[in-house]
Amino acid sequence: MIGLQHYLSVAAILFALSVAGIFINRRNLILLLMCIELMLLAVNFNFVAFSRYLGDETGQVFVFFILTVAAAEAAIGLAILVVLFRNRRSINVQELDSMKG
Amino acid sequence: MFQVLLFYFFAAVLVGAALGVIFSRNPVYAVLFLVLAFFQSAVLWLLAEAEFLAIVLVLVYVGAVMVLFLFVVMMLDITVEKIRGGFTRYAPLGLLITALMVVELVQVIWLRSSVGTVTPGFQPTAEGYSNTEALGAILYTEHAYAFEIAAVILLLAIVAAISLTTRRRSGLKTQDIARQVSVKARDRVRIVKMDSEKRR
Repeated sequence: MIGLQHYLSVAAILFALSVAGIFINRRNLILLLMCIELMLLAVNFNFVAFSRYLGDETGQVFVFFILTVAAAEAAIGLAILVVLFRNRRSINVQELDSMKG
Repeated sequence: MFQVLLFYFFAAVLVGAALGVIFSRNPVYAVLFLVLAFFQSAVLWLLAEAEFLAIVLVLVYVGAVMVLFLFVVMMLDITVEKIRGGFTRYAPLGLLITALMVVELVQVIWLRSSVGTVTPGFQPTAEGYSNTEALGAILYTEHAYAFEIAAVILLLAIVAAISLTTRRRSGLKTQDIARQVSVKARDRVRIVKMDSEKRR
């Protein structure tokens, strides 16, 4: 039967793929934000799987809050992105070096 | 058995969609692949009998957040070639780290787990169990304080997003409500004393 370990494996693969996405797409800020969304989705998978495994709904409540915070983060991140593009005409991560980091 | 097949099918599509997100050249395609990934996750959560979160994922994530992403991607006129001039030089390293992570996590999950290598399925829920009802019963009682904090976080996000992206444009004819309300009659009407004209 499909159980905890299957869900955890899917979540692990998803998380690793989003980490790879952050490594690969170091040019485009939008893709970095999308990889973060994918990462949060992988974490939510773990919460749902353990919530079902332990028979405790608190894990699903936590997923609810993660979704809330992720939506807020996406809204603010995209707002910053729009302001950045308006000022610099570029969202290339490697050109954002005005603080010489 | 049918559920097992369904799980593997939707999990495979989910992984394929995630690959599409990180490898697609066009950001619009990447967003659409991400929408597909969220749909597949919602189906997998439905299979795990977490119905409320599955519906919320489709409604909130696909319906609001991904549409916001699509708006931003289409609003910024970025040329595809300029942003994706091949992979960065960290790409092989990243793929190596990814493969290592997958191997380690799957090894820990499958070989070192206390459950054993043959997993029991999730306990089926009782007859007449409602996922939404159960979630609501603890969300509004035990976690009411966290629920209110989540509401404040959403308000904060609204205020931050609007105040960041709002633009002061010159030359617009806008109303200044405070000045309109606080105006007095003597500011607008001037009474002039003058002698009446003589009759000719």
